[in-house]
Amino acid sequence: MLQDYIPVLVQLIAVVAVAGGILGASALVGKKRPTREKLSPYECGSVPVGNARERFSISFYLVGMLFILFDVEAVFLYPWAVVYKSLKWFGFIEMFVYIAILLAGYLYLWKKGALDWSR
Amino acid sequence: MLAIFYMAAAVAVLAAMAVVFQRTPVYSALSLIVVLGALAVVYLLLDAPFIAMIQVIVYAGAIMVLFVLVIMLLNARPEEPTRGSRFAHWLGVPLLIVFLGEFSYLIFRRFPARAAPSAADASPEAIGHLLFRSYVLPFEVTSILIVVAILGAVVLAKKQL
Repeated sequence: MLQDYIPVLVQLIAVVAVAGGILGASALVGKKRPTREKLSPYECGSVPVGNARERFSISFYLVGMLFILFDVEAVFLYPWAVVYKSLKWFGFIEMFVYIAILLAGYLYLWKKGALDWSR
Repeated sequence: MLAIFYMAAAVAVLAAMAVVFQRTPVYSALSLIVVLGALAVVYLLLDAPFIAMIQVIVYAGAIMVLFVLVIMLLNARPEEPTRGSRFAHWLGVPLLIVFLGEFSYLIFRRFPARAAPSAADASPEAIGHLLFRSYVLPFEVTSILIVVAILGAVVLAKKQL
């Protein structure tokens, strides 16, 4: 069973090797002539303004929270999808009820404007 | 296989120490991702592939997003070391050594090394069958729990309802 995950292990090793190789090679071989301009934080090419350590809008927190909740919902879909065929209609109805309850929560969010960034 | 376990365990312990010893909270959060990833490998070795994947998706993915957001929300700056009380300095380390000794003595005494019990089938199929055959009601109640959490998040985060 664990043999199925050997490709994942191989990919992991490849990722570490490539990332470490690139960073290591550029650290060893690359020329370093830092200027003030080069060391300034990169902000998509525009000149950075102000301090990055400022307080962020609570909206980010709300969206992060909702992301977790719907992530947990999605987690239950995996074991359901795997046994869907053998459950027949029972599984369909059960998941329908589950999603319907969550849809009510989603509609509540929508109605309250929690997904509306400008409010 | 044992080699992989020791590697994952070593990575988990080292990253966990990094979580504690980092002075900058965001670095601690990044180290925590490494801990969770290493634990996912341990779950995989314990024949629990579903839990391993959920560990990566939910913990290393979603929950860490919230951790980072909380750090940003609190506007946490790098920690400043306190001047450290003399009491903790002189008594803390000996007490920790005594505690660890006691702890490991009990563990090795009560749980002598033996092969892990043959794991129950923890494949996604088995979990799906269990979830939809034996535990249908708890599964459905989970959705209500999530809706309650949605309500809580909105009530806490919205200025006006």
